[in-house]
This record gives sequence, structure tokens and C-alpha cells, in this order.
Amino acid sequence: MHYAPAPLHIPDGFLNFIVSLICWAITVAVLSMAISRTNKSLGEKQVPLMGIMAAFIFAAQMINFPVAGGTSGHLLGGALAAIVLGPWAAMLVMTAVIAVQALLFQDGGLLVMGANILNMGLLTSAIGYGLYRGVLGNSRSVKLTVAGVSAWLSVMAGALGTALQLWLSGTSSLQTVVLAMLGVHAVIGIGEALITVAALSFIFQTRPDLLDEKSISAKSGRGWVVVGVVISLAVVLLSPFASANPDGLERVATDMGFINAGQSAPFQIISDYNIPFLGATPLSTILAGVTGVLVVLGLVIVAGKSLQQKSQIENRQS
Amino acid sequence: MHSDLFDRYHHGHSRLHHLDPRVKVIVTLAFILSNALLPDGAWIAFALAWLFVIFATLMSGLGIGFTFKRSFIAFPFALAAITVLFSIPGQPVTSFRFLMWDLTITDAGLLRFVSIVIRSWLSVQMAILLVAATEFPKIIHALTHLRVPIIITVIISFLYRYLFVLTDEVMRMLRARQARSGAAPGVRSGGSVAWRARIAGHMAGQLFLRSYERSDRVYNAMLARGYKGELMTIHPHRYQKSDLVIGGLSILVLFMMQIAGRF
Amino acid sequence: MMDNHTHNSVVNVSDLHFSYPDGHAALHGVSLKLCAGDKVALVGPNGAGKSTLMLHLNGILDGDGGIEIGGMRLTRDNLPVIRAMVGLVFQNPDDQLFSPTVFEDVAFGPLHMGLPEEEVIARVDSALEAVRMSTYRDRLSHHLSVGEKKRIAIATVLSMNPKILILDEPSAGLDPRARRTLINLLRELPITMLVSTHDMRLVEELFPRTVVMDDGRIVRDGPTQDILEDERFLNEHGLEKP
Repeated sequence: MHYAPAPLHIPDGFLNFIVSLICWAITVAVLSMAISRTNKSLGEKQVPLMGIMAAFIFAAQMINFPVAGGTSGHLLGGALAAIVLGPWAAMLVMTAVIAVQALLFQDGGLLVMGANILNMGLLTSAIGYGLYRGVLGNSRSVKLTVAGVSAWLSVMAGALGTALQLWLSGTSSLQTVVLAMLGVHAVIGIGEALITVAALSFIFQTRPDLLDEKSISAKSGRGWVVVGVVISLAVVLLSPFASANPDGLERVATDMGFINAGQSAPFQIISDYNIPFLGATPLSTILAGVTGVLVVLGLVIVAGKSLQQKSQIENRQS
Repeated sequence: MHSDLFDRYHHGHSRLHHLDPRVKVIVTLAFILSNALLPDGAWIAFALAWLFVIFATLMSGLGIGFTFKRSFIAFPFALAAITVLFSIPGQPVTSFRFLMWDLTITDAGLLRFVSIVIRSWLSVQMAILLVAATEFPKIIHALTHLRVPIIITVIISFLYRYLFVLTDEVMRMLRARQARSGAAPGVRSGGSVAWRARIAGHMAGQLFLRSYERSDRVYNAMLARGYKGELMTIHPHRYQKSDLVIGGLSILVLFMMQIAGRF
Repeated sequence: MMDNHTHNSVVNVSDLHFSYPDGHAALHGVSLKLCAGDKVALVGPNGAGKSTLMLHLNGILDGDGGIEIGGMRLTRDNLPVIRAMVGLVFQNPDDQLFSPTVFEDVAFGPLHMGLPEEEVIARVDSALEAVRMSTYRDRLSHHLSVGEKKRIAIATVLSMNPKILILDEPSAGLDPRARRTLINLLRELPITMLVSTHDMRLVEELFPRTVVMDDGRIVRDGPTQDILEDERFLNEHGLEKP
């Protein structure tokens, strides 16, 4: 049986050092929180449970189904893992899966693993759990629908993350890579959504206790709804912007010094063209990035809060 | 017959096989980092790096072409970098028309593209060698020694241990699905995509439940042997002085590559 | 006679009752005594409560009644000590062997008892020696055959130096050669044993005493020879003469 590398696993060499480092920093920070939080939610059983769940995700990724013309869809699993295990545990589980895929099968690089974990483990778990958590009080069909949507969005988020990292590293041009990644994964994401929903409905029928409200809300707080919504909105807003209006983003990034922040050729073959570096020190770059994230966060928290209130009202009514 | 598919380890008794796993992991990571830091077009440094790979391969006793043969795994991903040929400003090398676009490959773009591919190609070979010459449990131990949090390495251990058990179950399910996927003559078989996805989803759900219940039994087995919730691991690895020498020399060589790459 | 028994009593179960959370009553007043050196077979149809009883002996299940191991009363506080004394080997070796390598699996018990590293290594070596598998020390668990896994599984509890070895269906799934190797091993091990099995020839060959369970109760506890001759009794409880 052939093990085929999937399009989201970035190999070494395709991301530049700074982008890799930033992704590692984010991943390490989030995973540290995950490690301390999982202790509390899953109890003593967590270790064998997470371990075998990691093997499950790995094995489940082998369950494929033909989509069209020789391609097949298969499961990424982050959203499903997050709904069943809770967000923090799911992140650790996906980290293990990604690590083994990289180490054993060179599916994904070692130095760029921070980015791969961010794309396929962290973003997917956050969206999968966050959105699902927001509709806990509702009927099973609502929950399954939201689970499906969140599964699709999680794949898109991973694709967008990958595309942005490739662009920021100077490996790909923004418009092309965003369109390609999002285009391909819009289809793959449908498979993810279908399988996630089908798997969840199977579990609902056979072991509903694993998915009941008490066990899910015990895993983590409602703050996750905000996180899930924020990331989803970021994906939804950024994607068309990046694919339709790449020049705007590109100019910003050039000004910030991101693009071409890598290496210059040891010998001059670029004769006439000059690439303007406007005040690009690493510190100002990072500050600009953080500011941007905060602005988006602020704008979207408002949206998130209103969604939360809506479901709270519905809870009281039902 | 199934487990060989996932076992990338090739047994041997070479110096590389016996090298302390911590040294091997560190040198592999340092090599990949070094590649990432080399500037575009650093041909001498790239050549040195390739010699490094060849030397390490020879030291493994697995045959000089071992990593070369397996190194093309990441090539499909090179497509992601194709656009760089056209997008970096510089002297044009060649122009052509593709569908509705006029594309020009520039020298800077070509330089960048080739460099990306070479870096990736070199790094993946070192990673292949690492797992070929080191048993995976030893790699896990090395990670623990190198301060990767125990909970992550323990999850990886379980993953590795039960990977084969679960993929066996998946293969059985897939075979059963195949056995039931007959076709009546004259009728288009296969069902809709949604139906197929539902079946796949049910398989995933069933696998999930079996895994969940297995984890309960494993938990009981751990309890029966004294597990109290605290993770303890034991990795008696003693490195030899020559291991440190080899590691130190390798890092030195990588430094020289960096210098060579910038002048 | 009674005094002797109390002094080297290894297992002493008094009037044990247990019902599963879903309401299914599994044990209806089970009493059982084992002394040091006893080799006892536990037989009965599926659902008789054999596994349920065994899971009580190391505190995984918590029923109503008295359980003493090695003279020590089983309570929540002394569970770790009890578990070191009771070497429980589950039926499916893939559940029992959960570490990547044989060494790590056999080391798990003594390691979690808090023993120092050198002691742990020594115990691993002697446990593997006892099951005649010292050469398997560095093997990967998933590479082993079922028979090999079953013997390593025994080693994983022997390394804790338990007072009693409790095995659940040890010969299930073994081909004749592996089964013979296992039988020889069990015959040689100088340790108190309680073995649950459907393999009546195994019972006849290795165990002088048999406990028969049915429907959550012990229906007979006595010399194997007598029980195996009572065909009507055997049939009544879903058993067959070997």
C-alpha cells in the first residue's frame, strides 16, 4: 500500500529561516499551553488515549475515497480530533502525527515542522473545537452541520497558512500559491467535511456519551468559540483578498522587509533593479505583524461575541 | 508483511548505526539548518553539502546510492516554487507563452528556484539517512534527551507502537469494503461521492471507537503495572567519546560550508 | 491446617459482589483462597465472571467484599503495593505490550515501582531470562509473533517480582508449537498461578486444582482430576472433557 505525501506537508528548503523560526515560536508557545492544560481535562487516562488516538489519526488518513478522475480525498483529522478530545489534546495528538510523518516518511520537513504543526495541528484544532463548542446546546443536525463546516474551514485555514508561509519565504508568488492551495483544498476540504460528519454521526449512534455536552464543555471553555470564529473569519476574509489583490499585500510585505529578507546572491547578477528596504529591521517587522493581528482580532472579537450571545439566548430558550 | 511498509530502518552494524542517536539527530538538524542558511547560488557550499551526504551514506554501509534513490520524494512540491522563476526581477533568460500569460524566466528566478530545489533535495537525504541508520525508538529516546517534552515523546511512542496494529485493522476494513464493492453488469457502480464518503466516515468512526476502547484496555494494563499518572521513561544510552568527536567534526564542517557559501 | 493457610495466603477473596454501571450483575458472592505455590485453573463459560473476578484482584474493578493479597487488605491507598504483588496478564498481548521495545515494556513495572535504574535493568534481564527470551531484549514489540508476545507479556509482570501470576486465556490463538513452549514455561515457573482458560487439556496438564465459575458464582472448587471426570457437571456449565 502506497503512502503518498499530501500537499500540505511543507518539505525542508521551501521556507526561509525567519519564517520557520516565527512559526516555531508560535507553535512552541501554543503547545506549552496545551501540555499544561491537557493535564487537567483528560485525567490519568490521557496518555494512552492520546497515544492511541494519534495512531488512529495516522491510520484514518489511509481511509480514502475516490473523488474524481484519479484523485482521492482523505482525512486530515484535526477538526475531528479536536471535537472528540478537546482542543489542547488534539493539538498534541496532531503534533505527534506530523512529527512521525516527517521523521519516518519525510512527509514534511524537520526544520519547517513548526510551520506544518501550526497549519495542520493548531489551526485545524482551534477551528474544529471552537466552532463546534459554539453550538453545543443545539440539535444533533446543527452540530453535525457545524462540524462539517468547521472541518472544511480547518483544511482551508491550513492551506492558507501554508500559502502565506511560502509566499513570505519568497518561494512562491502570492496570487498563484493562494489560488492553487485554496483551490485544491476547497475540494479536499469537502472530503474532510463529509468524512468528519459521517464519523461523528457514527459515534453519536454508538457511543453518544463520548460526545455529550458535559464531556465536551469540560474539555475547554467558551473562549474557544471566539478563537475558532476569529481564525475562520481571518481565512474567509484574507483568502479572496490575497488571491484577487496580491499587489497590495505584496507591497506591504516588501515594505516590512519580509520578502527578500532571505539571502542575497553572492555575486551580482541583478544589475539595474533595486529592491527598496524601508526601515526593515526584524523588530519593526515583528511589531507590524503583531499590530496587524491585534487589529484583526479586535474587529472580529466583536463578531465573535455576538455569535456567542446568540447561542446563549437560544440555549435559554430551548 | 505489513510492518515492513512503515519500517524505514535498515539494519546494519556500521559506525553510523552505532553512533549515539543524540549526535545523529543534532547533526541532521544542524545540516538542514545550514542548508536553509546558505544563500542562493552558493554552489561551492552546496557541493560540499552533497559531499557531506555522500560521506555519511558511505559511513552507513547502506550503499552510495541509498539516499539518492529515495531523495526525489519531495519533488512534486517543487511545483510550489515554480512561480519564483518568473517573479523575481532580473535579466531575462528565456520567454514563452503559457495559455494566456507571457512568462519570462529571469536569471535571478532561475537561481532561486534551483537553490530551493537543491536545499530541499540535500536536506531530505539526510533525514532519510537518519531513520535508515537509527531505530525509531532510539530516535524517540534522543528527542527526550534533547528536552522535547515527555508527553509528546510518549504519544509518539504509542503512535509508533500501535501504528501497525491500527493500519492492519484499516487494511482489513478496506479489503472488506473492496470485497463488498461488486458491480452488476450494465449498471454504474460505486454510488455517489457522498455515499462513498459516508462509508469512509463510518469506517473512520468504527476505527475510532475500537481505538478508544483499546486505549481503555491499555490503560488498565498500565494500571496493573503500577502507572499512577506520572510518566517515567528509561533510556540507558551511553555515548562514547568518539561519538562526540564525530559530532563536533560534523558541526565544524557545517561551519566551513557556511563560510564557503558567503565568499 | 487453617493456620498454615493464613500464613502463606496469597489471595483471599470473601463474598465479593459486583455489578457493572449498566446494571449487569457480574459477581454474586464469590469467595476464593489461594496459598503460596498453588497452581489453579479458573474455568467456565463466557460471561461467567472470570475476567471480572481477576480485575478485582489488582483493584482495577472495585466491588463489595473483602480482598486480601499476601495478607494485606486491598484498599485505595495500598493499590500500588498490591499491583506490584499481583502480576495480571491480559488476554490480548497487544494490550499488554504498549511500548515500542521489549526492554521498555518489561522495564515499565519496576520503573513505576520507583526502583533505581540499575535495579530496573537487572530485573528486566532476570525476567527475560525466566521466560527464556533474553535475546529479545532490544526487539521492537510490533515485530513479534503472537506466541513471542505472550511470553514477553509474562515477563512484563515477572519483572515486578509478584506473589501471584494471573493469566487470562494464555494459550488462546497460539499454534501448537507456541502453545507447547508456553506450557513448558508455565510448568517451570515457581510462582503461584491463577489461570483463566478454555483450554481443558492445558488445565489437565498443568493445574492440580480447578475453580469452576458460572453466572457470577463459584460452582465448584477442587481437584482437577475429580472435576474432569464428572462429565455431567462439565456439560451443565458449558464445559467439555479434554
